[in-house]
Amino acid sequence: MKKALYTFLLLLISGNVHAVLNVFACEPEWAALTQQLAGDKASIYTATGPLQDPHQVQARPSLIAKARSAQLLVCTGAELEIGWMPVVLRESVNDAIQPGSSGNFEAAQYVAMLEVPTRLDRADGDVHAAGNPHIQTDARNFLPVAEALSKRLIQLDPANTAYYQQQLAAFNQQWRAAIAKWEKQAAPLKGMPIIVQHRGFPYLNDWLGLKQVAELEPKPGMEPSAAYLGQVLSELQQHPARMVIRAAYQNERPSEWIAERAHIPAVMLPFTVGGTPQASDLFTMFDDTIQRLLAGLK
Amino acid sequence: MSKRIYLSTAIAVLLSHPFGVSAANDADLQAIREQIQQLKQSDEQRNMQLEQRLQQAEANSQQAKSVAAQAQAAAQQPVRSSAVPSSENSFNPAVSLILSGIYGQLRQNPSIPATGFAMNANNTGYTRGFSLKESELGIAANIDPQFRGVGTFSLDPAGGISVENAFVQSSALGNGLNLKMGRFFSGLGYLNEQHAHAWDFADQPLVYRVLWDNQIGDDGLQLKWLAPTDMFVELGGEIGRGRGFPGSDRQNKNGSGAGVLFAHLGDDIGIEQSWRAGASLHETRRENAVSNAVPDLTGTVGGVNNSFTGDSRTAGLDFVWKYSPNGNFRERYLKVQSEYFQRKENGLLTYTSTGTGITDTYSNIQSGWYLQSVYQFMSTWRTGLRYDRLDPGTASVGAPIAGKVISDYAFNPSRLTWMADYNPSEFSRIRLQLAHDNSRQGLADNQLFVQYIMSLGAHGAHQF
Repeated sequence: MKKALYTFLLLLISGNVHAVLNVFACEPEWAALTQQLAGDKASIYTATGPLQDPHQVQARPSLIAKARSAQLLVCTGAELEIGWMPVVLRESVNDAIQPGSSGNFEAAQYVAMLEVPTRLDRADGDVHAAGNPHIQTDARNFLPVAEALSKRLIQLDPANTAYYQQQLAAFNQQWRAAIAKWEKQAAPLKGMPIIVQHRGFPYLNDWLGLKQVAELEPKPGMEPSAAYLGQVLSELQQHPARMVIRAAYQNERPSEWIAERAHIPAVMLPFTVGGTPQASDLFTMFDDTIQRLLAGLK
Repeated sequence: MSKRIYLSTAIAVLLSHPFGVSAANDADLQAIREQIQQLKQSDEQRNMQLEQRLQQAEANSQQAKSVAAQAQAAAQQPVRSSAVPSSENSFNPAVSLILSGIYGQLRQNPSIPATGFAMNANNTGYTRGFSLKESELGIAANIDPQFRGVGTFSLDPAGGISVENAFVQSSALGNGLNLKMGRFFSGLGYLNEQHAHAWDFADQPLVYRVLWDNQIGDDGLQLKWLAPTDMFVELGGEIGRGRGFPGSDRQNKNGSGAGVLFAHLGDDIGIEQSWRAGASLHETRRENAVSNAVPDLTGTVGGVNNSFTGDSRTAGLDFVWKYSPNGNFRERYLKVQSEYFQRKENGLLTYTSTGTGITDTYSNIQSGWYLQSVYQFMSTWRTGLRYDRLDPGTASVGAPIAGKVISDYAFNPSRLTWMADYNPSEFSRIRLQLAHDNSRQGLADNQLFVQYIMSLGAHGAHQF
């Protein structure tokens, strides 16, 4: 009896004494980046799936349990996770990952934010005070985030400093080469007029020079009505677009509706790692994004 | 022309300075910075000197490169903005206000209690016609590194403010321990901790109405422990004064008047399903708990007054399961939940008719359950169905009052409810609810409710 109890207690403790860093990634793209930078030094749990709207996630019991033993939280920040993360953080009672501590990493703090609202009013829909949080659609944003994340990994796990530095150097080199390749591939997309379903692509537009002429949501986060879609359609006569873009997690109906009537392709982009079968890691995510955009151009 | 280039170079060097240029050329840059000030006065001579200094700095190209590299690295630090003017309100807490109103169309008077539950709570929370529901003002913020404070104040439509929740919370004990002090909703069951604006129906299940007065909150302490396991395992205990029903708010007594124990388990099944199951136990001592207008065996018109003193012990089981295709709750999801509670009361009952009271033993087991399901079939629309059932139990009554107190009502109150709600955004909801309420024997009721629930202010995060 006593022996069994000790074994049980040992098991409980051993659950905590990992040699690897326990990472809780809010979105798949940050899980993938952490994987690139930390390799086998981290055990990574991804809180959301690629086909989930990251704004609206349930504060599931499993998330609370996983956050309890996490040593590092890697999230987008900029209020993207505001509907669920505060509950998870509070209920996890894990001081190591609370906002402001070294175990709480928000990628949006390391990039220049776009669409920072000049006025904060819910009449404008689901706006985020810190700016548009969908920073992962610009490949260039991964460089400063990787640099900062690598530093954070080193801070939390100094024993593996050399390893993290080496991983970061390798990532930077590969990523810069990949960016050059993607920019070359995407050259025909420059100035291309597009419609977006949700205001999810300002960083992609900024990077590849796409020109957004319309949004299908009347206000960010609001479902478009048939009447509103009709209005967008009539405006397209003056400002024709080449394609309508949506993220993999979004309902295809509004895009398909417009695409059919405006005779333009509806292009679904992975938006995060795993969003499409081809987007299996960060590199293939952008490969696939650009391939899909180019295919839409044809 | 060249002046402008030098100026911009100087500014670039200066900008990189606050981010930690190596000490080697610190002094140089400091001097340059001072001279930039003077440059503004367009002093040609000083400008020349500055030019020379800059040329020196540039000549040391190795250093210049390292400055640039560090500036780049610094750009990867959180972007720092200049300090904002200090103000008293920069630490304002998160404030939110819930606004809600309802229209009720009922055949029967809502103040008639469920059959067999006249000695229980009977607050339906609705009336006939238009009425404003409680407006709920919530204020929350971290107090200091150790404590977080939450206040929820309910503004009664008839006037007056009541304190719904006012507690401080601390994780300072570490090891997965979460301490709450103050007034809070008990962690028992599943629905109990949820605020009214998060309910899936306009009212609580019958079992919550009669056994917990819709929602039990107490003044006291709660300690929860979250196990360091991959699966969600949470154990909790509460002690308090026994303020809310079935407690009878102990007056002028030390010690604890009510205790709660609960355990929750939960996990995911793949990416599409998640669940939570729980068990809870509540115990309190009821003292001189008076119930008016209780029907009796002799058929006293208007009922009699009963007063109960004794132990009340309630055990409960709860379960919730959620399913969403691809786990995308924004689009579609299905939620199924059920709870069961059983209360055992054991003590003395004083039966008072025409001014004289007779006291003798009384014990009873009441129980109830509900099963409900809500389906969001598109991102803005949900529909739900709920079935409620209660068992008033068969009371054991001492001989002196056996001929007066009804011990067996031989009726199980039940109700079937349907609702549909429209959610234009996360912050607004408009609901239609229809119910066939058969909770009062011989007084079946068809009910219609139209309700709005809106929240403004801080973006609240919802519990599972």
